[in-house]
Amino acid sequence: MTEMNGSSFRGVMVYSENPSLLLELLAAGRGLADKLGAPLSAVLIGGEVGGERREEAIRHGADRVYVLENPRLADFNAETYKAALLRVVEAEPPEVLLIGGTKRGKELAPRVAAALETGCMTDCISLEVDEEGRLVGRRLTYGGSTVAEEVCLRKPQMATIPPRVYERPEPAERRGEVVALEVEVPEPRVRVVERKEKRRAGFRIEDAPVIVAGGRGIKKREDLKLLEELAEVLGARVGCTRPLAADYHWLEEWIGLSGHKVKPDLYIACGISGTIQHVAGIRDAKVIVAINSDEEAPIFNIADYGIVGDLYKVVPALTKALKEKLGK
Amino acid sequence: MVNVIVLIKDIVDLTEIKVDPRTQRPILAGLPRKISDVDKRAVEAAVQLKEKHGGKVAVLSLGDDKTRTALREALAMGCDEAYLLKDPAFEGSDTLATSRILAAAIRKIGEYDLILCGEMTLDSLSAQVGPRVAELLGLPQLTYVRSLDLKEGRVVAERDLEEEDEVVEAPMPALVTVVREINEPRIPSLMSIMRASRKKIEEWDREALGLSEGEVGSAGSAVEILEVRAPKMERKKMIIEAETPEEAAERLVEKLMEEGVLR
Repeated sequence: MTEMNGSSFRGVMVYSENPSLLLELLAAGRGLADKLGAPLSAVLIGGEVGGERREEAIRHGADRVYVLENPRLADFNAETYKAALLRVVEAEPPEVLLIGGTKRGKELAPRVAAALETGCMTDCISLEVDEEGRLVGRRLTYGGSTVAEEVCLRKPQMATIPPRVYERPEPAERRGEVVALEVEVPEPRVRVVERKEKRRAGFRIEDAPVIVAGGRGIKKREDLKLLEELAEVLGARVGCTRPLAADYHWLEEWIGLSGHKVKPDLYIACGISGTIQHVAGIRDAKVIVAINSDEEAPIFNIADYGIVGDLYKVVPALTKALKEKLGK
Repeated sequence: MVNVIVLIKDIVDLTEIKVDPRTQRPILAGLPRKISDVDKRAVEAAVQLKEKHGGKVAVLSLGDDKTRTALREALAMGCDEAYLLKDPAFEGSDTLATSRILAAAIRKIGEYDLILCGEMTLDSLSAQVGPRVAELLGLPQLTYVRSLDLKEGRVVAERDLEEEDEVVEAPMPALVTVVREINEPRIPSLMSIMRASRKKIEEWDREALGLSEGEVGSAGSAVEILEVRAPKMERKKMIIEAETPEEAAERLVEKLMEEGVLR
């Protein structure tokens, strides 16, 4: 299967062990399948797969649902699940194979790709079919500071898609076919001894709904107080860029490429120039506010609202205005 | 006794990347390189296993002459042997071709109990080489490992997954990918740096690994990179015009109320 052989590969196939992500993949897959004029199939793998999951996949866009059941598939294992997926690919070789980009999905996909001697594009944030019918994906590289556009030249053309890139499609009354496949599964070699819920180490800045962050525009450590006062009114956490933590040791941790990647509803950047390393850490913020005295600062290009001005004047004014408005 | 092979990659220093404002492309040429952070922790984990259980650690990297610096650093951290896989034909290898080259080198080394590498390198973020090498060598894989030990000839690991942690065990040989949290890599002493500088770095090219031209480099790859750019962020980019800081602050608060991000 190393050679590109256009005629023997057909359709788009999606798989995720995460039921909700599978529906999102069906949204991505439906668009690609329609463009290719080819069917969309979903794969369900497990010890037993309930009938409602088959129906659910069809209602959310699958033309065909492959079901692989085997007692050895009751728990996820990269090797046994690889065997199951290879069985489907062999039965109905797809042009495009999409796998949900959970951690489990991302340990499964490359194993499948290696067995099929094909390529796989990790964590695609968008996927499309170009004029030549090739799968083109866009994904973050260099620690999240750049976006690469890649194309897969062998079939099946594989990609993983992280959760929440595509929206779950609206269910509809549709017709679809269910195909059960027998599969031989090896005894899993990796044995799970114990599963435990994640240790939650206190409150993490990743979970903060509002963050007030300072950069090199802050002249001395004591001035962080201005940010703390603003943060208190907002119920926010205070963060900073790398130099303030790594070089000056004013705070322990920083936000950015090599530090924490955050996704608050509101991010207020005070005296932050906006290097790509810092921006990589705040990409997923809903609203970004920038306060900087340099109107040329790159942070204004990635902010929703900017105030060009001295943070030593603007931040206290903002604290005061918020106190009045929020009645605190 | 445990024989470990660690796979490392030297990548450009990500903190040094800047974007060309005109083309919006990252400037990568001429940047200093260093061992990818997570790979360095794989080296540390391998050396710790050797120190506890005896045995030896070989470090393996696909690269060019500059990669020797990274291999020397791994030797100084406590690796016993170093292999540089270097050939002009290897250029342009994607994860498919890279894994083939690494697997061929591991087969040539022959004896091993464990293969260790980082969960991903921070430049490509593809997170594929570990599982691909495991598949090519027919090994069980233990991924996203944040603590690792050996017990009665088996490898025992704690895995860091999204919603849960998993303790798993597997027979050896096996392949393990580690996460950043597994350890803090040591800083080698001057003595060990000097000792490392005298060690030989074995160099293997395509022919030494018995690979054909079609299996490596661009010819042996399946994914082609069309373009790399600074990401576009869809933002409003609204500059709030005002006479005084107080007026600017009030207008901003109004906007934030409209956005519904104030509580």
